[in-house]
Amino acid sequence: METSIIIETIVKVIIVLTVFSALAGFTTYIERKILAFMQRRLGPTNVGPYGLLQIAADGIKLFTKEDFIPANANKPIFMIAPIITAATAFIAMSAIPFFPEFEIFGYTVRPIISDINVGVLFVMSVGAIGLYGPLLGGMSSANKWALLGGARTAIQLLSYEVVSGLALLAPLMMVGSLSLIDINNYQAGGITSWIIWSQPLAFILFTIAGFAETNRTPFDLLEHEAELVAGYATEYSGMRWGMFFIGEYANLFTISFLIALIFLGGFEPLWFIPGGLAIVLKVMFLIFLFLWTRASWPHIRPDQLMWLCWKILMPLALLNILVTALVIMI
Amino acid sequence: MGFEEFKNRNISEDYVVVQEDNYPKTSWDAFKQVVTRSVKGELFTGLKITFKMMTGALFKGEMATVQYPAEKLPIGPRYRAVHRLLVLLESGEERCIGCGLCEKICIANCIRMETRVDENSRKEVLEYTINMGRCIFCGYCAEVCPELAIVHGGRYENVSEQRASFSLKEDILTPFDQLNQQTEFAGFGSVSPDADEKIKKTPLSY
Repeated sequence: METSIIIETIVKVIIVLTVFSALAGFTTYIERKILAFMQRRLGPTNVGPYGLLQIAADGIKLFTKEDFIPANANKPIFMIAPIITAATAFIAMSAIPFFPEFEIFGYTVRPIISDINVGVLFVMSVGAIGLYGPLLGGMSSANKWALLGGARTAIQLLSYEVVSGLALLAPLMMVGSLSLIDINNYQAGGITSWIIWSQPLAFILFTIAGFAETNRTPFDLLEHEAELVAGYATEYSGMRWGMFFIGEYANLFTISFLIALIFLGGFEPLWFIPGGLAIVLKVMFLIFLFLWTRASWPHIRPDQLMWLCWKILMPLALLNILVTALVIMI
Repeated sequence: MGFEEFKNRNISEDYVVVQEDNYPKTSWDAFKQVVTRSVKGELFTGLKITFKMMTGALFKGEMATVQYPAEKLPIGPRYRAVHRLLVLLESGEERCIGCGLCEKICIANCIRMETRVDENSRKEVLEYTINMGRCIFCGYCAEVCPELAIVHGGRYENVSEQRASFSLKEDILTPFDQLNQQTEFAGFGSVSPDADEKIKKTPLSY
């Protein structure tokens, strides 16, 4: 019995690692295509059918590029920073239930690597540790743009982390459990029992904080090309740079799965759509939303981000908690 | 120093605040401005516009990309690209009469021709060379030519292994077997072939 669990876990880990590494690459392709269409361009077209092999070309380029470390950089920290980002992005996925339980050859598979009872807390905290990657990478690069990017990482972390934690508190109070499976099962009664209808404010706040956590466009301060060359990643090249980006896209999927699980009914069957397909559709829509906003909205300044998070979103989140508590009490 | 003084960044007394009329004065006004701006939905208007752009590009054929090596935009007839030496359409004889006006007028001194008087006591052009390293594509040679022999063509892709690939007489002269493909030079000041599609009403409202 023990060995079977170990083997099962290892298989799940390998599947999650490979699938999400591949999906991260594929998302770069989708991102380029959608951004191109929204600007009435074609995007990658020449490498393979519809430019699909562009991912492979990019991969070959990344793997064969010289791994360059600047002379004045703090070498061990510089080398370990991208690993932190990539590793924490995948570690965070270990507590996420991706699909409903299914049976294969009479063996029940639970598509979650480890069902710990503090799932949400674990995912959020490991995701927050992921920002140590840009922070350490930026500070150890011996480059002023990278240093500014690292400093911005710190203020971004301090700003959004409060909002995302407080925003999640209200739905967690309703569910009464931190396990993502319990949260998912709470919304079992079809589309009307989704938490988004009872906690719309928390949904908006958590989505905004999710944009900040994944460094997506309105809050893309860390590597703001127009201001900071490439921000924390200025001195990175080759596979280390690639690891930053695999981590970033894996984080994108983590946040999308979290939003889908907590607010949008998770993997509960929707009308005639089976649960597994339903969550994939929800995650796809959320990813599209992330790309869509990138094509539409401008960046904001770091001080505007702090202003928004501390002066607008945090009071709203507190208010939301208060109202939720009163409603639950009565 | 008070806080207001500290925040005052006006460099002189006659400093003009552009937004003075609607600038929020009290903190309540500032709060109201934030709320109105937040719930106005301008962000969603932006999302709508990009979505419309995407559907237009994908399904209505409004894609702006021209896939260059495969498809090319028409260039205007006034465009001065690499020269062509035209021939007479009826006989295939060279139009150039060897008068040497182009050689004379060339301000970059890049045209060189060798002529002789042949057995019919007509002038024959033996060599006609344009040094493309010197040519500034001013168009004077084509303007001065009395026989419409030397004109500018539409060959703007100036990539070759060496400069000489453009400059010799056999490179720019219309070959005898491609006589039917020779197009007449539309001349300076003529409109581009897609002018009808590009034409727009002159805005008179202002």
